[in-house]
Amino acid sequence: MTAVRTPPRTAPETPARPASRTPVRPRELTANDVVTMIGCAVSAVSLSWLIFSVLTGGIGWLGFGLSAFAIFLALVFVVTAEMVGVTAATDRIATTVILASAVLLMVPLVWLVGYVIVKGVPGLTAHFFTQDQKGVTPILPSSAGGGAHAIVGTVMQVGLALVWALPLGVLAAVFLNESRSRWRRPVRIFVDAMSGLPSVIAGLFIFAVLILPYAKKIQFNGWQVFSYNGFMASLALAMMMLPTITRTVEVVLRLVPDGLREASLALGSSRARTVWSVVLPTARTGITTAVVLGIARAVGETAPLIFTAFGYDLMNTNPFDGPQESLPLFVYRNIRKPDLSAIERGFTGALVLMMLVIGLFALARYVGRDRQRRRGNRRRPRLPTLGDQPSIGKQTP
Amino acid sequence: MTVTAPSPAPLGKVAPEPRIVTDVPSRVDRVFNRVTLAAGLTVLLLLTLVGVYLLLRSREALSQTGLWTFLTREEWRTDVNPPRIGVLGLLTGTVVVALIAVVIAVPMGTMAALFITEYSSARSRRYLTTVVDLMAAIPSLLFGIWGFLFLSDQVEPLSKWISKNLGFIPIFAVDKGARLTGSMFIAGIVVSLMTLPIIASVVREVFAQTPPGEKEAALALGSTRWGMIRAVVLPYGKGGIVGGAMLGMGRALGETIAVALLLPQVPEATFRILENGGATVSGFIALRAGADSFTVSGLMAAGLVLFVLTLGTNMVASVVVSRSRSGQGVEL
Amino acid sequence: MTETIDLTQEAASPNGRGATPGAPTTIELVGGPPPGAATLEARDACAWFGDRLVLEGVNLVMPAGRVTALIGPSGCGKSTFIRMLNRMHELVPSAALSGEILLDGADIYERGRRAQDVRMRVGMVFQKPNPFPAMSIRDNVLAGLKLARVKCKQKDELVEQSLVRASLWREVRDRLDSPGGALSGGQQQRLCIARSLAVHPNVLLMDEPCSALDPTSTGRVEETIAELREHVTVVIVTHNMQQAHRVSDSCAFFLAAENEPGRVVEQGPTETLFSHPDDPRTLAYVEGRFG
Repeated sequence: MTAVRTPPRTAPETPARPASRTPVRPRELTANDVVTMIGCAVSAVSLSWLIFSVLTGGIGWLGFGLSAFAIFLALVFVVTAEMVGVTAATDRIATTVILASAVLLMVPLVWLVGYVIVKGVPGLTAHFFTQDQKGVTPILPSSAGGGAHAIVGTVMQVGLALVWALPLGVLAAVFLNESRSRWRRPVRIFVDAMSGLPSVIAGLFIFAVLILPYAKKIQFNGWQVFSYNGFMASLALAMMMLPTITRTVEVVLRLVPDGLREASLALGSSRARTVWSVVLPTARTGITTAVVLGIARAVGETAPLIFTAFGYDLMNTNPFDGPQESLPLFVYRNIRKPDLSAIERGFTGALVLMMLVIGLFALARYVGRDRQRRRGNRRRPRLPTLGDQPSIGKQTP
Repeated sequence: MTVTAPSPAPLGKVAPEPRIVTDVPSRVDRVFNRVTLAAGLTVLLLLTLVGVYLLLRSREALSQTGLWTFLTREEWRTDVNPPRIGVLGLLTGTVVVALIAVVIAVPMGTMAALFITEYSSARSRRYLTTVVDLMAAIPSLLFGIWGFLFLSDQVEPLSKWISKNLGFIPIFAVDKGARLTGSMFIAGIVVSLMTLPIIASVVREVFAQTPPGEKEAALALGSTRWGMIRAVVLPYGKGGIVGGAMLGMGRALGETIAVALLLPQVPEATFRILENGGATVSGFIALRAGADSFTVSGLMAAGLVLFVLTLGTNMVASVVVSRSRSGQGVEL
Repeated sequence: MTETIDLTQEAASPNGRGATPGAPTTIELVGGPPPGAATLEARDACAWFGDRLVLEGVNLVMPAGRVTALIGPSGCGKSTFIRMLNRMHELVPSAALSGEILLDGADIYERGRRAQDVRMRVGMVFQKPNPFPAMSIRDNVLAGLKLARVKCKQKDELVEQSLVRASLWREVRDRLDSPGGALSGGQQQRLCIARSLAVHPNVLLMDEPCSALDPTSTGRVEETIAELREHVTVVIVTHNMQQAHRVSDSCAFFLAAENEPGRVVEQGPTETLFSHPDDPRTLAYVEGRFG
C-alpha cells in the first residue's frame, strides 16, 4: 500500500514586518479598576467624615485617616468581589494594604527629618560650631552661644571608644571565625549576650565601678581621672560598640570564600599570614562599612553618657579631667529645660547630630557600593582578547 | 605492564589504624593563636565581670528589701526611712510599652518586608531598604524628642476618642479629666518606630530565602499573589517572624531615652495605656544620674532584672529562629 | 637556598622586557624549595573522615618530571588522596590518615616536619579558580613568595617567567596591575597556576583543574600541563578520561565498590592502561561503560 503523502503547503503571505516593535508589559490594573478605586476612596472619606464629625466626637486627623482607610478597604473589597470574585478581591486589598504600609513606613522618617530641620535651622549659626554655652542665661535667645563643646566632646568620646573597641572587636571576630579553638562557642554566646545589654546599664556600670568608689580620691597629674569625664564615657560607649563590631566583622569575614584560605595555605602560608595578607584585605571594604555604621550608632547614644560624662556647659578638651558635654547630652539637657530658647537650642543640636549620623550612614553606603562595582566587573561578559586563539606561534605585536 | 591491586582485602589482614599527625606551628602562628584567644577571652571576661558586679552591687539594696519584695513591690520611694523600693511598677511599664511597640511593629514590619521581597521593583526596593536602614541608624534620642514635642499632641485626639467610645475595655479606660499625653500608648508608638527596622530586616532576610520553586508552583496552579504569599511565603517565614518579633521585643525592652522623655517615669503597675503614667526600668534609671550609694544599688538590681529579661528574650529568639525551617541561614 | 633557572626562548619578548633571546637569566629564590622536580611516593596510604575509612592501601609512585593522572569515577577518593600529598587533608577537623607519603624519600608526615614547609614544596591548583581578589595580577603571582616568606630580588623577571610557563603572559603583560578577579575563568585558572609556579615547587598537584572551564580554556590549560613537566612533577586528578590520555605519562585508576573504601585498582603507563589494561574493571572504565 503506498504511503499517503501530504502535499506541502505554502506558507500564507506574511504581512510586511512592522517597522518597530515595542515591548508591552502586561498590566494588572485596568482603567476600570482605577475608577472604581477612586470612587471607593471618595465614599470612604465622606463616610468617615459623617461618622466622626457628625455622629461621634472628633478623632483628630490621625484617627480620621486610619478609619477612612479601613472603610476604603472594606468598600473596595465589596465592589471587587461583586465584579470579579472573592479571591481577586482579597488579593486586591492585600496588595493595597501592603503598598500602603510600605508608603506609611517612609512617612515617620521623612516627617522626623523635616521636623528637626525646620525646628533646628533657625538657631544654626556659624558660631554654633565655634562657641560653647559660656555665660548663656535663659533670657538670651536660642542663638546665643554654641555647641562647639558638644561636638568636641562627641568626637573625643567616640574616638577614644573606637581605640578601645575596634582592635578588640576585630581580633575577637578573627578569633571566632579563623581559629579552631574550643573557646569559640562560649565566646560567641557571650558576645551575643552582651549585645543585649541595655545602654543605660553600661553607663551605670562604669559609674558604679569606677566613679563612685574613687571619686576625688585618685588623681593623675592633677586630673580627676576617676570622676565624671569623657574617658569614662568612652569606656561605656566601647562596651556598647564592642559586641556590634565583633558580630558585624565576623559576618563579613565569613563571607570571604574558603577557597581563598585554602589557596593561601596551599602556597605554604601560616594561618596568621593567611588572615593578615588574604582574608583581611579581601574583607577590607566590609569591615570599613561595619566600623562606620558602628560609629554612627555610637554617636547617637545618650543613655550611657548620662552617668559618665554627665554634661557640661563649657568647653572641655581634656577627656580625662572633668565632665564633658557631647552632642546627644547637649540635646537631651536643653530639650528638658523649661525655657523656650533652650528648647530651640536643643533642636539646633539635634539637627547637627542628625546631619552627622546621616553623613556617616551615607559614607558607609558609599564605601560599600564601591565593592559592588568591583564585583560587577568580574561578572561582565568576557571581551574577546588577542590571546584567545589556541595558536602557539609567536606573533610580533 | 600495569600493576593491579588485589581484590578487596583478603581474609586475615589487619585493619589499618590512623596515625597521629603532628604539625609544628610556626612562631607567627603561635603568637597569632595566643593573641586571638586573649581577645576572645577578654570579651568573655568583660561580660562576666559586668554580671558579677551587677549582682554584688545589688546586694546592698536587695538585702535591705528582700528579693521577693523587690520583685513584687510596686512603689519606689527613697524619701522615706527605711526606703521602700520595688521593681514591679517599673517592670509593668517596660513590658506594656514593649508589647504595644511590638504589636504595632510586627505587622508593619512584616508587610514592609513582604513589599520589599514580593511586590517591589528593583528601584523601589533600594529606596525602601535604604529607608529601613536609615531608620535603624537614627538615634532614639531624635525619635524621642519628635515624639515628645510633636507626635504626642497629634495622637492625643485619637486617644481621647478611643477612651470615650471604647472605654468599656479596661485597658482603654481613663479617669475623668486625666491627661492623655505622656501615656504608654504614645510611648509604644514611638518605640515601635525604633523596633520596626530590626523586625523588617530580619523578616526580609527570611522571606528572601523562600524557595522560588514553591512560589512558582503556587502561581502556576492559578493562585493570586496574595494567595501564594499566604500559602508559601508566610508559613515558610513563620519562625523568622516570631524570631524577629522577639528580637524587636528585646530591643524595645531596653529602650531608654525615648521613654525617659515620653513617660512621667513614676513607678506604678497600671495597664491603662491611654492615660498619663507609667515608668520603665531604663528610663527610670536614666533620670537618676548622680544618685547615692543605696539608690545606685537599687538601680543596679532593677537593671539586673531587666538584663535577665532582655537576655532571656534574645535567647528564645535565637532558638526559635534557628529551629525553624526559614531561619537556617539568618543571622540574628 | 638559591637556584638558577634558564629563561627559555619562550619568554623572550620583543619589547625589551625580559631577557634577549638565547641569553640565560638566573632568578634566585632565598628561603625557597630545593631546585628541580621531585618524586612522590605513597606507601600503604589510608584516609578516614571520622570513623569512615574512605581510602585504603594506596601504593603509588609519581616519578619526578612526569605527569601522573589519577582517574576513576567520582567519589572514589582521588581528591582525598591528592590532598594527602600536601598535608591539606588534615585541615578537615575529623580527618585522619595512615601510611607514608615520601617526598624525595622523606616522609612528609614525620614528627617535627612543618606542614607549611611541605606545602611550599608541593603546590596545588584547585578545581575552582581562586585568585586573590584584593591583589593585582602581579601581586597574585608574587603572593606565594609573600605568604611563604620566600625572598627574591628579581620580582619582575619572576612574574614574567611564571606567567610564561602558565601560558598567560601574552594576554596580561600590559595589565599586570589590574585586579586578579577581573579575568575570565580560564585566565583565572592559569593565573592560579602561575601563582603556584612562582615559588618553584618540586611538585604541582592539580585537583580537577579544568572541570569549571570551557573547552577552549581547557585546551590551553592542558597545553600548559604538557610543558610543565620540565620544571615540576605533576599529579593531576581528572574524571575526564580523554584528558588523562592526552596529558599524562602514567595513570592510576581508583575505584570504590559499594560501601567500600576507595582503592587503586590498576596503575601503569598511560598507553598500556588505555590500550590493554589487565583488570576488567579498568577496561570497562576506559571504554566508557561506566563513569
